[in-house]
Amino acid sequence: MTNTTNNQALSNSTDDATTAVNATDRVATNDPTNVLEVKNLSVEFTTRHGTLKALNEVSFSIAAGEVVGVVGESGAGKSLTGAAIIGLLEPPGRISGGEILLAGRRIDQLPDDQMRKIRGREIGAIFQDPLTSLNPLYTVGHQITETIVTHLPLTWSQGRNRAIELLEATGIPAARERIDHYPHQFSGGMRQRVVIALALAAEPKLIVADEPTTALDVSIQAQIIELLKKLCREHGAAVMLITHDMGVIAETADRVVVMYAGRIAEVGKVRDVIHAPRHPYTVGLMGSIPSIHQHVERLVQIDGTMPRLNAIPQGCAFNPRCVKVMDRCKIERPELQTLGSSQVACWLYPEGENNER
Amino acid sequence: MFAFILRRLLQAAGVLLAVALLAFVLFQYVGDPVMIMLGQEGTPAERDQLRKDLGLSDPVIVQFYHFLTNAIQGDFGLSLRQGQKVSTLLRERLPATLELSIAAALIALLVGLPLGVYTALKRHGKLSQALLAFSLLGVSLPTFLIGILLILIFSVSLGWLPSYGRGDTIKLGWWTTGLLTKSGWTHLVLPAVTLSLFQVALVLRLVRSEMLEVLRTDYIKFARARGLTRRAIHFGHALKNTLVPVITIMGLQLGGIIAFAIVTETVFQWPGMGLLFIQAVQFADIPVMAAYLCLISLIFVLINLTVDLLYFAVDPRLRAGLGKHSGGH
Amino acid sequence: MRAALAKFWEGDLAWSWRHTPVAIVATILLAILLIASFGADVLAPHNPFDLATINLIDALKPPVWHADGTQEYLLGTDSQGRDLLSALMYGMRVSLLIGLAAVTGAMFLGIVLGLISGYAGGRIDALIMRIADVQLSFPAILIALLIDGVARVVVPGDMHEVIAFPVLVGAIALAGWPQYARTVRGSTLVEKNREYVQAARVIGISSPVIMFRHVLPNVLGPVLVLATVHLATAIITEATLSFLGVGVPPTSPSLGTLIRVGNDFLFSGEWWITIFPGAALVLLVLSVNLLGDWLRDALNPRLS
Repeated sequence: MTNTTNNQALSNSTDDATTAVNATDRVATNDPTNVLEVKNLSVEFTTRHGTLKALNEVSFSIAAGEVVGVVGESGAGKSLTGAAIIGLLEPPGRISGGEILLAGRRIDQLPDDQMRKIRGREIGAIFQDPLTSLNPLYTVGHQITETIVTHLPLTWSQGRNRAIELLEATGIPAARERIDHYPHQFSGGMRQRVVIALALAAEPKLIVADEPTTALDVSIQAQIIELLKKLCREHGAAVMLITHDMGVIAETADRVVVMYAGRIAEVGKVRDVIHAPRHPYTVGLMGSIPSIHQHVERLVQIDGTMPRLNAIPQGCAFNPRCVKVMDRCKIERPELQTLGSSQVACWLYPEGENNER
Repeated sequence: MFAFILRRLLQAAGVLLAVALLAFVLFQYVGDPVMIMLGQEGTPAERDQLRKDLGLSDPVIVQFYHFLTNAIQGDFGLSLRQGQKVSTLLRERLPATLELSIAAALIALLVGLPLGVYTALKRHGKLSQALLAFSLLGVSLPTFLIGILLILIFSVSLGWLPSYGRGDTIKLGWWTTGLLTKSGWTHLVLPAVTLSLFQVALVLRLVRSEMLEVLRTDYIKFARARGLTRRAIHFGHALKNTLVPVITIMGLQLGGIIAFAIVTETVFQWPGMGLLFIQAVQFADIPVMAAYLCLISLIFVLINLTVDLLYFAVDPRLRAGLGKHSGGH
Repeated sequence: MRAALAKFWEGDLAWSWRHTPVAIVATILLAILLIASFGADVLAPHNPFDLATINLIDALKPPVWHADGTQEYLLGTDSQGRDLLSALMYGMRVSLLIGLAAVTGAMFLGIVLGLISGYAGGRIDALIMRIADVQLSFPAILIALLIDGVARVVVPGDMHEVIAFPVLVGAIALAGWPQYARTVRGSTLVEKNREYVQAARVIGISSPVIMFRHVLPNVLGPVLVLATVHLATAIITEATLSFLGVGVPPTSPSLGTLIRVGNDFLFSGEWWITIFPGAALVLLVLSVNLLGDWLRDALNPRLS
């Protein structure tokens, strides 16, 4: 497992050359090769305490076949982003601004019956708890076959055969018999394999996986993640991997999006972000991961806690906890700036300047 | 699974035994058993003879045993009020109560279930709100008041339907049915509707609340995330999962229907077991009370057993036994 | 005290109440009915029990908006010349008293047994729950009828009046405790494994104190919802029993008794004698049910 230390990160220089590219370029293109583009997405919750902004102008993209990790503490907004993309935002939450584009086509304002056709067929989903994700009263085979015939022009028996193939591909032994078993007859890890099979059943281009291994035994987590990665590669699906576990990201993802308080702090290739984090928050995150190779007296901690939705500070949301805070941070919110192949939202890297450290 | 059935049967037998004990205590110690058996007539000599025959000097266990054996054969002695054999009286009245109860149960199911599903799926619609308000009214109205109101409207004011008795009945073997005559049907309408109204409201609210719960589950969320059609989600998944707990409660409600038949039969003078029981309570007719108690317990125990078995048939988690799954990750 | 009240008013429950019109209406309605019943001695226009004031000539008078009605008897009179409005208010009081007493009794019994069952576990738990399950498979009305009927037989005739009330309350209470016990037991089982209970144990606090002082406050929410629903059921059960003639004695009639008496006059056209007590009963139960519904939704954390 790769990780980095606090000191190293601060003194490293970036690998890529400087760039004077307009910061909003990467975000604003309607590049159809990108399977997913999220542009300035905002999500609000209207409660009796007022309107809370849970996502505040979040922008990132996922290319075809890519594995993008979305990482952050609990409450940072990662799951909400996933829910908004699938179109399953629970009221009183609603999308209050921005766009979501799936292969160049806008999906955030689609009526429900059109969105339904996209779900499963173009975007698949995997949720955290495999036990509660499956209907206990239907066989596993029924649930998979049902999904297949809903989206693809196959008969039930054709769909069933595909289901058996899928189960075999996910590594479930004796798939031909077990397809008629009920969810409770599988163990936790096996159930998540079934869930993966279900997510891939209709051949979607993108899989949104929300904490797919958190509910599983540590010993199985690696297997499941490997399986997910392998199958998605084989089926040509991109993955949006939402998790709070940096270790999983490091093993699996190509790029990573770091979220904080409903905003994006940093986006970049996994290797860059881990070895050369730029945003002070990311620096703190990487530093807090214990390393088997280092001998340290104490783990690095970031002072304070992430602010609640109704108490987000003005300017940069991280400023109260930042070791490198400047006056500007407390007044103006930093936009995402492009630096090479990464993006950072931090006044340490102001617009258009080449600021290396 | 076999062990489960056996355990439930033993439980059922235990309950019946406890009830029989209660009835026995009533029978023996409340009032004079000899008076109960012979009624008001009987010479002192007959009474003494009966006392010996009854074995009232025997130990209690023996007496209980005799009571049990008699009870199983349906012999509860003579009614204090009417002088006839209790078993005869009950047998005469049973069909009336059963027809009424089943009619009410069917109405409750056929009306309450679809309405409950509708109000769950169309939560915020105007019709749903109206139905919900109606259902609240339904559980706030006591059964007897509903009966009185219906009589007031349909018998007294409009004169459309009769308010008294069962109408013409036809005897089939030992069963008498009102379902084969027109007057039998017209007499059945008001009592059946009265008895069922409370249940309709209850079923509606129950199905609605269960379905709303189910619609909030993760597997429904996952089903939506898979893009299943709305019909598949609502009727294939949600409905099926809703029905499982609803079955148990419906089974118990059948017992409630039979019990509340007492009230309905009183209001409409419907010649069923319930009316008989009330009259027995009013006149302290112990044998009838004891017999009714035992019969009702038998019916309830049977209903509960059936519901348990039904549960088994419907929920695969119970069928496979607890904790059984193949290994491997 | 004022500070506590102010804090309550600012809290979630009070907010929910203020913003749910149905709850406000139901509370007002219930308040009116409560005042009318418990203030009957003072507020009723006539005293239906004072034989001196009852005039047979005034018998069977219709309500005031009829041609033959008078202002003296706003809702009409019964066959004895008693004012219906007053009889109604006193009747409501009887119904409410019995209902409240029965609910209190059932709640008390159910909470105690539920706490013991959940906390002690093992055989005691199994026994209590077995009894509760068996009792739950029988409809409450039947159990109440049975207890009432048996008492009627066991107790000699002249004592009937005296013990009618306690027996009625006891019957309805005994019919209702299993629901409370089940609910409390469930909550207790959850709380039992929480750290604060284990901590209390470690310090050496005795079990009964833990049960009542620490666990109980946490299980009261669902109990409260249950109690409101139960109150409605208890009132209906008492009315039903009285209607059947096995409830309260006729000397202090409840709404159920009034309805029964009035039923005889339905066909001869004097509908008011049965309908007004019936309406009062429905309003009473309806307001309790509405409040219970609101309370259940307000206390349900998942719905907010």
